[in-house]
Amino acid sequence: MIVLTALLLLLVVTLAFETGRRRAVTLAVDTPRSLHSRPVYHGAFVALCGGLPALFVLLVWLIAHAAVVEQLVLAQLPEALRGQQPERVALFLAEARGIASGHFENQRAAPELVAAAADFLRFSTFSLRLLPVVVLLVALAGFMASLPRCTPALRAQRRVEKILRALLAACSGVAVLVTIGIVLSLVFEAFQFFLRVPISEFLLGTHWSPQTAIRADQVGSSGAFGAVPVFAGTLLITAIAVLVAAPVGLYSAIYLSEYARARLRAVVKPALEVLAGVPTVVYGFFAALTVGPTLRTLGEQLNLSVASESALAAGLVMGVMIIPFVSSLSDDVIRAVPQSLREGSLGLGATPSETIRRVVLPAALPGIVGALLLAVSRAIGETMIVVMAAGLAANLTANPLEAVTTVTVQIVTLLTGDQEFDSAKTLAAFALGLLLFLVTLLLNVIALSVVRRYREQYD
Amino acid sequence: MNSAATKISTRGLNVFYGDKQALFDVNLDLRRNQVTALIGPSGCGKSTFIRCINRMNDVIEGCRVRGKVILDEEDIYCDDIDVVQLRARVGMVFQKPNPFPKSVYDNVAYGARIHGLADTPGELDEIVMTSLERAGLLDEVRDRLSDPGTGLSGGQQQRLCIARAIAVSPEVILMDEPCSSLDPIASARIEELIGELSENYTIVIVTHSMQQAARVSQRAAFFHLGAVVEEGETSRIFTDPSDERTRDYITGRFG
Repeated sequence: MIVLTALLLLLVVTLAFETGRRRAVTLAVDTPRSLHSRPVYHGAFVALCGGLPALFVLLVWLIAHAAVVEQLVLAQLPEALRGQQPERVALFLAEARGIASGHFENQRAAPELVAAAADFLRFSTFSLRLLPVVVLLVALAGFMASLPRCTPALRAQRRVEKILRALLAACSGVAVLVTIGIVLSLVFEAFQFFLRVPISEFLLGTHWSPQTAIRADQVGSSGAFGAVPVFAGTLLITAIAVLVAAPVGLYSAIYLSEYARARLRAVVKPALEVLAGVPTVVYGFFAALTVGPTLRTLGEQLNLSVASESALAAGLVMGVMIIPFVSSLSDDVIRAVPQSLREGSLGLGATPSETIRRVVLPAALPGIVGALLLAVSRAIGETMIVVMAAGLAANLTANPLEAVTTVTVQIVTLLTGDQEFDSAKTLAAFALGLLLFLVTLLLNVIALSVVRRYREQYD
Repeated sequence: MNSAATKISTRGLNVFYGDKQALFDVNLDLRRNQVTALIGPSGCGKSTFIRCINRMNDVIEGCRVRGKVILDEEDIYCDDIDVVQLRARVGMVFQKPNPFPKSVYDNVAYGARIHGLADTPGELDEIVMTSLERAGLLDEVRDRLSDPGTGLSGGQQQRLCIARAIAVSPEVILMDEPCSSLDPIASARIEELIGELSENYTIVIVTHSMQQAARVSQRAAFFHLGAVVEEGETSRIFTDPSDERTRDYITGRFG
């Protein structure tokens, strides 16, 4: 029914476009050269005037449909049922909906449940039948209202452009709104957390043990929420990852952009980018099952104690994961350095390597820094590899052979499974998330400002 | 031909870009401490020719050079020639000014630093100042030596590139349409400079402007479809060309 409505609407809009265009053409025949806008824009104007409101109604209807039907069913329920606790009513409605959609057996159901299910069916069928009628009426009303306005003087082109510009702005607004929404939800929950745990303890405490009691008489009921070791773990693993990815990525970018022949490049670059397409959970296996044990065995032979979930293993694999970010972005940036600069340097008798070090890399530096920082924020936010290969214990250490935990790992362990959402333990996840978000935001801001400063200096 | 007067000569020079041949059997002698202008319609091989003289074509993938380019009795396409040393002897100024994204000073000091021409900072200063002076730029940038070279005007940038080339003390300076992106005043300044520089350097200039070729050069060569059609004294080429194609080109009938 919904697909049908959409198709019908498309048909009607096409017809409206054609009508508007024809009308404009006719007008132009009567009084030549007097049209302000070309006929196409008259057509588009009419189509948009009817189509947009109709589309809007369609979308709102689809979003509100379920809730409205539920309210209608609720209104039909006997007083005794409606007066119950909200949870019970919700459960009842869910069961009725199940029966209505045929997922549950209705033979042994209570009679009021069967009645409610019938109501569900009735109302939602009605709503879906009404939908195309309303949508088409709205569209037609729009067309009828706009068609008489198609006079030679109508500035149809400007109006159409204005409407389209507004649509484009609305689309870009969606991204911003979603970001604001995410931040607000983080801030709200984090605020709840900071009501329970002082912000100074969270930011400065060096002990992380997020265990809170579920019942008051439980032992170990006082948790410790010092985020320092968790962030230190993240930084340690990220640092290892960058130590791996920065040289490998940058050098391969230099090789690809400056030395490799076109045919080799055409093979190697996509191959490197395949690395970026490997799901992080696969990197997780690799870290936990291959790299971790290998490092431990190596460590045993050298008489070093290496934890089987060492920071080194997770960091190394994460480094491999971000290599394609560094190499691919740096490669693009290096290739964007004008060929004339290279020739200028070579023409003065510089060797290719001198040219790269003294001219190409300095000119590409802002982009390279940007690529590195982008890779760093990827590494900081990366979850799956560390969940599988890093530890859970929050050790405050700089030794890469020990197990450390990271912010993302803690968030996952705090929020997976059945949790109460009013304890400090679960709320701590939001505080961690907020802080992590702020850190990556800060990194991005620094990256942007670095890039901008060098750009001003060089161009 | 007096060999003492010849700085560069090419014999049977053929150049290919992939399957496409760009130069056909070019035999040309370029005289010491003179300005030679290369003229001809676009795509006739002038730029390809001068890029052969400092082996700049080496950096283009799929480019092959056959034949001899003799610089002071030495074939520069010989295996034991060091391309890097060659390019220090044969400097190049490009069509579009291409200062490095560095300060004015560092732009000029670039080549001298790479070739280790200065042992002390004082010597480097000396090289930079002399080069800027000779390129006629010193008075305009004396107070702006640490400003980015890319911040200069187009004409100044091109003179900066000339100063940069002079700083490594080349014997030959190749100029590939050095004035094509400049206004007439800046062009006049560069032309004047070319005249001064020809006392000490052998200069080869590619140009599309007949007037410019007539003003700055002592000798000229007319290229057409990858071959040299005519070569000789500039004054003769412009007043009494022996080939009909040359006459047609300089009188503006084609090209």
